[in-house]
Amino acid sequence: MNRGIFMSLPLLSRHLRRTITALIAIIAVGALAACGGSSATESSDSVADTTGDQITLTVYSGRSEALVSELFAQFTAQTGIEISARYGDSGEMAALLLTEGRQTPADVFFSQDAGALGAVSDAELLATLPSALTELVSESFRSRTGTWVGTSGRARVVVYNPTLIDTPPTSIDDLLDPKWSGRIGFAPTNASWQSFVTALRVIRGEDAAREWLGSFAANKPVAYEKNGVVRDAVNAGEVALGLVNHYYLYEKIAAEGVDKVVAKNHFFTNGDVGGLINVAGVGVLASTRHEQAAHQFVQFLLSVKAQEYFANKTYEYPLVAGVPQYAELPSLSELNPPAIDLADLKSIEKTQELLSQTGLLTK
Amino acid sequence: MNTRARVPGALLVPALAAALISLVPLWYLFDTATSRGLGAVIDELWRQRTLLLIWRSLALTVAVTVSAVVIGTFCAWTVVMSGMRLRLPMLVLFSLSLAIPSYLAAFAWVSWIPGINGFVGVFIVLTFVCYPYVMLPVAAAMRGVDPLHEDVARSLGRRSSAVFFSLTLGQVRSAMTGGALLVALYVLSDFGAVAAMRYEAFTWVIYGAYRAGFNPSRAAILSIVLVMLALALTVAEVSIRGRHAPNRLGGGTTRSRRRPSGGASPLVAGFISLVVIGLGVGVPVISVIAWLQRDSETTVRWSEVGTSILTSFQIGILTSVVAVLLALPVAIFAVRYKSSLSRSLERATYVSHALPGIVVGISVVFLGVHTLRPIYQHLPLLILGQVILFLPLAVASVRSAVEQSTVGVEEVARSLGSTPVMTILRVTLPLALPGILAAGAMTMLSAVKELPTTLLLRPTGTETLATSIWKYSSVSDYAAVAPFALALIVLAAAPVAVLTALSATASRTS
Repeated sequence: MNRGIFMSLPLLSRHLRRTITALIAIIAVGALAACGGSSATESSDSVADTTGDQITLTVYSGRSEALVSELFAQFTAQTGIEISARYGDSGEMAALLLTEGRQTPADVFFSQDAGALGAVSDAELLATLPSALTELVSESFRSRTGTWVGTSGRARVVVYNPTLIDTPPTSIDDLLDPKWSGRIGFAPTNASWQSFVTALRVIRGEDAAREWLGSFAANKPVAYEKNGVVRDAVNAGEVALGLVNHYYLYEKIAAEGVDKVVAKNHFFTNGDVGGLINVAGVGVLASTRHEQAAHQFVQFLLSVKAQEYFANKTYEYPLVAGVPQYAELPSLSELNPPAIDLADLKSIEKTQELLSQTGLLTK
Repeated sequence: MNTRARVPGALLVPALAAALISLVPLWYLFDTATSRGLGAVIDELWRQRTLLLIWRSLALTVAVTVSAVVIGTFCAWTVVMSGMRLRLPMLVLFSLSLAIPSYLAAFAWVSWIPGINGFVGVFIVLTFVCYPYVMLPVAAAMRGVDPLHEDVARSLGRRSSAVFFSLTLGQVRSAMTGGALLVALYVLSDFGAVAAMRYEAFTWVIYGAYRAGFNPSRAAILSIVLVMLALALTVAEVSIRGRHAPNRLGGGTTRSRRRPSGGASPLVAGFISLVVIGLGVGVPVISVIAWLQRDSETTVRWSEVGTSILTSFQIGILTSVVAVLLALPVAIFAVRYKSSLSRSLERATYVSHALPGIVVGISVVFLGVHTLRPIYQHLPLLILGQVILFLPLAVASVRSAVEQSTVGVEEVARSLGSTPVMTILRVTLPLALPGILAAGAMTMLSAVKELPTTLLLRPTGTETLATSIWKYSSVSDYAAVAPFALALIVLAAAPVAVLTALSATASRTS
């Protein structure tokens, strides 16, 4: 293969050759030395870990570093337990855990959504959590087998521009009305949109979901790269309404000031599948050697302090009773979300296939 | 040299080791793919969506390969044969698009023209990321072409353009097909650009099977399809490239090329060159600089950028040193001791090249947790993953360099009593040094840009430039992405400079 590359390069002069050889040697030795240096510090960490003076919890986090690293630091300050966090996409972290199996170095899986937790739990890699922890959260927002628990919630909403519409649609079936043709924004590759479609499949069945998606596609929705872009398009009046998570609007208001933002959120309150509430959640690996510390970590995420952090920093719903949510939000009990076992949200690949067939995925 | 000579163990053992390492992904893939029985394999393959996506991937591969060959050959002609001034700076600028990872180029285009999605977008991005893979070998081959052939053809009444298309291109054909194969394999395995621009290529289903289907066995089955496609392309390339090495007419040295001067053609060529450079390097670099002006939620600490640069540099250097050390025995064995074994070992190193990074990453995770537990999530295992990905680039480059050097000198050394191993160390390697340097530069460049394998295999807490770009772009903080992206482009430009310098030395001495 490819024997043509760099064909007919001539001999370099003897002097140049020596210089280059010397340079390579210096660089290689330098790199190896740096390598040795870094592995030396790593091994000293793990020695400390095994002596028991200092416990380090390895957390696989599907939630981004920008969002949760501050929280992890608070946990360490409070308990003295170090966190070694490995960040990645929630689905990719689940794939990693499924490949590692019981050999995983992870103690805790902190996921952005319930589906990834459901998949890891199905592979019997998660331990059952103490009921004292899981019972802090309502049954709808935790695993039915007790292997994971939700830590914060996000609702699907319609964000709309009140200068363009008076009354936003109150059900996802209203979105199929031709009057919305070309006026709805959505983010086809966004995980929360795909979770909503998964819920649609699970609740109404494959055929009804296909039919809804077909009609939705026929209504010429406008595809955007991300939820934040959908929100901005609605606010700018490019489209009249958008299907997003509830907190995007409040992020914009916090960043730009309330007078700069005209868009408003409409929450579904009638059990409509469009009002799905998905959660970020946490589970403890069955293979952990630090079960007690891992439980402390779960407990910390469900503490008032961490719940308030989510409520104030990300405008998500706290899931533990008694922790106040962001003032602009209707309460969880008012929302009346659709009834679904959140672990069922793991069939995302089928959803992507359906979206692809209806022409919505790569629109 | 006698091709039936006994192969020195000092060559055979490391060549076998290199091939074994390269086959790690295949071991994992077969183990995982067959875990649910053969019936499941057939079910997964025989799905309409799978077939449709294979078709879409092939369409993209053909389109990008053809356009990369055309643009790459044009650029090679511009820097070697045209009458244009400033050919050396041109070569540098043309090569620079190698320094830009496909995911970054895709982000840049999308932020510049928000509507540019799907086939057209990916086609543009991948063409401009890939054409240097054709340009570099074709430019090198064009320098080796004896202008006397062209003079003879012209003296017989052929027009210059006819001479170029029928004669010159024929002589650089094997360089073109070699470059085209690299482009095709790159396009088949790319995920960064197709994901950013939402073109549903075959790699989507593989990523989907891992990340959305939580189904490693399905992902493995689909990956085997990619391995098959790669093998088919490799075989096709061998039959297309022909067996013709460029010949010289008469004795003595090749005279240097007289380039045409004046006329309209340098102006036209110059204009097209500027467009190519603008689209390949200008758009990404200007977009990244524009991101710097945006508002950011995080203030990037410069120490963080510095640490990432050092880590990326370290991984790049280690990968290239190990890859070159493994490529040497494979290439020398394949060229100097031709046999079915040596050919098989060489081919084995190419297998993983069409696999998307996530597949190689997961297979090395599999190896790590099962047999290399002590180095799992440590630097050596990450380097191993990178070496598996980029060994083919090193083998190809070393191989062509060894092929170019005359066997005669080695025979003289042997006749003077040098052992086979000493001959390799004292004659073959020094003669092939430029190709070895090129191999090192190419692997370092690729390792610095690599993302998916690095994400899976890096030591926990380690950030490279590529992972930092991922970290901030996943929360849409492009202002924070910008310094890392600029640093990555600058760092990757260093090996590109080595490649260009090697090319330029060739042009001065020939």
